[in-house]
Amino acid sequence: MTQRETLQILGVTVIGSPSALLALFGIIPMLGYTPSERLVARCIQVSVVSGLVAALAILGVMLATGTRHVPIELGNWVVIPQEGQEGFHFHLKFVFDRLSVPFAILSFVLCGTVGAFARIYLHREPGFCRFFVFYAVFLLGMIISSLAGTIETLFLGWELVGLSSALLVAFFHDRPAPVRNGQRVWVVYRIADAAFLIAALTLHHLTGAGDFDAMIGEGAWPAGVASISPHHALTVGLLLLVAAAGKSGMVPFSGWLPRAMEGPTPSSAIFYGALSIHLGAYLLLRVSPVLAASLPLRIIVIAMGSLSAIFGAVASRVQTDVKSALAFASLTQVGIIVVEIGCGLHYIPLIHMIGHACLRTLQLIRAPSLLKDYQALEDAIGSRLSKNGTIWEAMIHAPQRAWLYRFSLERGYLDGFLDELFLRPFMRAFHWSDGMERRWTDFLSGEASRESDRVAPYGDSLEQDVG
Amino acid sequence: MMPELHYPWLECSVLIPLLGALWVGWIRDADRARRHCIVICCVTLSCATGEWIDFMRLGTFEAHDHWDLLHLVFHRDVFVIDELTAPLLPLGALLYLMTVLSTLRTKINRFSFGWTLVAESILLATLSCRSPWVVIALLSLATVPPWLELRARQRSTRVYVLHMGLFIVLLCSGQALLPDGASPENPPILAGGLIAAAVLLRSGVIPLHCWITDLFEKVTFGTALLFVMPMTGAYAVMRLLMPIAPNWGLQSIALFSLMTAVYAAGMALVQHESRRFFCYLFLSQASLVLVGLETATAIGLTGALCVWVSVSISMLGFGLTLRSVEARVGRLSLDSYHGLYSHIPALAALFLLTGLSSIGFPGTLGFIGAELLVEGAVGVYPVVGVLVVVAGALNGIAVMQAYFRLFTGTEHHASVSLAARWPEKVAVLLLSVLILGGGLWPQPGVQSRYHAAIEIITRRQGGFQPSSDHAAPPARDATVELRR
Repeated sequence: MTQRETLQILGVTVIGSPSALLALFGIIPMLGYTPSERLVARCIQVSVVSGLVAALAILGVMLATGTRHVPIELGNWVVIPQEGQEGFHFHLKFVFDRLSVPFAILSFVLCGTVGAFARIYLHREPGFCRFFVFYAVFLLGMIISSLAGTIETLFLGWELVGLSSALLVAFFHDRPAPVRNGQRVWVVYRIADAAFLIAALTLHHLTGAGDFDAMIGEGAWPAGVASISPHHALTVGLLLLVAAAGKSGMVPFSGWLPRAMEGPTPSSAIFYGALSIHLGAYLLLRVSPVLAASLPLRIIVIAMGSLSAIFGAVASRVQTDVKSALAFASLTQVGIIVVEIGCGLHYIPLIHMIGHACLRTLQLIRAPSLLKDYQALEDAIGSRLSKNGTIWEAMIHAPQRAWLYRFSLERGYLDGFLDELFLRPFMRAFHWSDGMERRWTDFLSGEASRESDRVAPYGDSLEQDVG
Repeated sequence: MMPELHYPWLECSVLIPLLGALWVGWIRDADRARRHCIVICCVTLSCATGEWIDFMRLGTFEAHDHWDLLHLVFHRDVFVIDELTAPLLPLGALLYLMTVLSTLRTKINRFSFGWTLVAESILLATLSCRSPWVVIALLSLATVPPWLELRARQRSTRVYVLHMGLFIVLLCSGQALLPDGASPENPPILAGGLIAAAVLLRSGVIPLHCWITDLFEKVTFGTALLFVMPMTGAYAVMRLLMPIAPNWGLQSIALFSLMTAVYAAGMALVQHESRRFFCYLFLSQASLVLVGLETATAIGLTGALCVWVSVSISMLGFGLTLRSVEARVGRLSLDSYHGLYSHIPALAALFLLTGLSSIGFPGTLGFIGAELLVEGAVGVYPVVGVLVVVAGALNGIAVMQAYFRLFTGTEHHASVSLAARWPEKVAVLLLSVLILGGGLWPQPGVQSRYHAAIEIITRRQGGFQPSSDHAAPPARDATVELRR
């Protein structure tokens, strides 16, 4: 077996193991069968371990042979022949390089850890199987996003991560609060996805191909050079920055971060503390040659990262629950990572991401036992933990401190700001249109035309005999 | 000489539901009528599927029936299928079968099975015809069953009659004014404008869309679904408008359709009731099909034809799920949470799956179609592509909002079992297989729609007259050569 064939088999195993897991978890409920917790856990172990071993083997081969760029071609998912003037292909291509391999290994390690933790944490929970279906969607989405060799493939994984995130925030769906928060997360993700798709289309339009090679040069990451003009780089880069900001909860989209903590602790740990919050930064790192092509774009990236880091640091200090505090602490680190990317660094943000993801996973998994940990710590040192303020607190006068406290507690009024700026005018406009349509159909009918007006908000107690 | 199918699939597809309607009309017991109707719909679907398979095996652009009885009477090929309509016939038959199959016993006294079969027969005949006047006659005839139901339910018919009357008048006058030799190079402005106005009205393009929301308010959900879901407005565009409209005309229509897609997506977000929400969501998706059709490029048309199929299947599943939930708990308000997930998890999953498929979520039937559509739209006007993406994003938000409102947010306490019945489970399984199967293995479907798109473009380029039933279009190989 040649080295190329070995790498191809290993690459397919990395992609195939989470795909098989999702297929299994998707098909079983369709057949009306509920798998046991033991079976679910075993399937996850097999999938994560096989994917991880294959990814490590690829890393080993790359290190041993000095190969820095291993493309895995799975062919065209869809192809329309190009004999004529127009053609289309959806190329399934994955790339193992110095950026994607560490991120894929990180995804497997953290998903495996959280999977093992969640099995115990959610033991006998009514939504146990539902959680792991979403988990499988997330794992596949992360692996596809990490290893994507074309922007369409990255979008595919990106969407899977977004859907699983929103559904997991609303995991405890018997209460309205998690559902409302899940909806909010979904809205932000859809905006980010739309920006991403428009950026992908623009890039496709400019370069004529969806391959990253065509966009950022043939060199293995991070050696590529963007093949588009600075002006185009600025346009595309801004769209990608919006997509990354939405996914990573950067300012002004940070409002969804504490809302996302409504989900079960394992999903909070893996999504908002560790992996998906870094996906935006990962995207920026992947397209770093595009950022490098435009100085104004880099300045905007640095400004946005700095703003997010400062906001996260301030907001995390006043949160009243540990998960929200950790979420804003994550935002601080993500902001710093984005600043590093904006400064043109490559390996430092990658190492920062990996280290931060591991630390934050540990912290979030320990979050439910925080008070016990505090007590153990105080017992060990023999006194209460110090609550002295920092030097910054001493430098700020009391009125400003009160304002800052209120600002941080209200999470920068970002949700209200976005609602006032976009949501309310949007809703007002369409409510007005709805009213005008009502008047028009009433006029044409010569009577009140809408029977739906008589549907009561709580009309679902009228169960009928469905025998 | 036009190629011939091996069996009279087309005539059987049209006549079986028509005769079945007479048979079902005699049956007084509604439950028995429902069971007979299901069997008739199954047989019709088998014939339509047989037609599709037979046509694919012929490897031709068009074909007419074997033992064509209508040819003996009218001395012309009334029923002809081509690349465009071959898969639309089984799709139409599937829409009817799924709707009838998922009609619960609580609703069988309100839902007319006889008229449903008549409507199915008219739809399949429409899709099997190419002669403009016959298509116009059948499109006009198709407006009758919903009107009869409105009358039977003692609802105001004024909105419906005004719009459909205008539709028929515009269509007939446009076709009557159409000069000989009309083509995209020699476009008939007045006649083309009248036909365009008619098909836009039938497709529910703003500001002529209010009849659709009114229809959903006043007739049974099943009848409303079956009237709008086959997208006969888009079919009329392909048959009546595409052969004569110049590119600028099509792009003007695309602009209206695009506005409708965005507007309806926004309106779906502010609706208080599930039927109206569904109606706007469907309008938005159907308008995206029109946007793609009117780009008149191979990729855009392929995308539109793929989205046509995916939207039909996805929105059918979506609508049937809503209808099944309505059958259990009555008309559904979207102002409150209903928390039905724990009672009907299968329907909740289908609701989400079909909703995601309709917005082109990866791995579902709609994904590749949406990609092609956006790609084609960007090729014509980049801003069109951006607005298509915006409409898709708004629809995605609306779908998830409806899912959360209906299936989550509270604990629903039911005094009777709300679990899905076996016909519903069959419908859920079948639609899930189609959506996921078509999503994971899209190449055959895309290839078929691409051939249809090329055929349409070739006809436009060649000024092919659809009225000349016997005119032979170029062979498939020749078309490929033309493109080369």
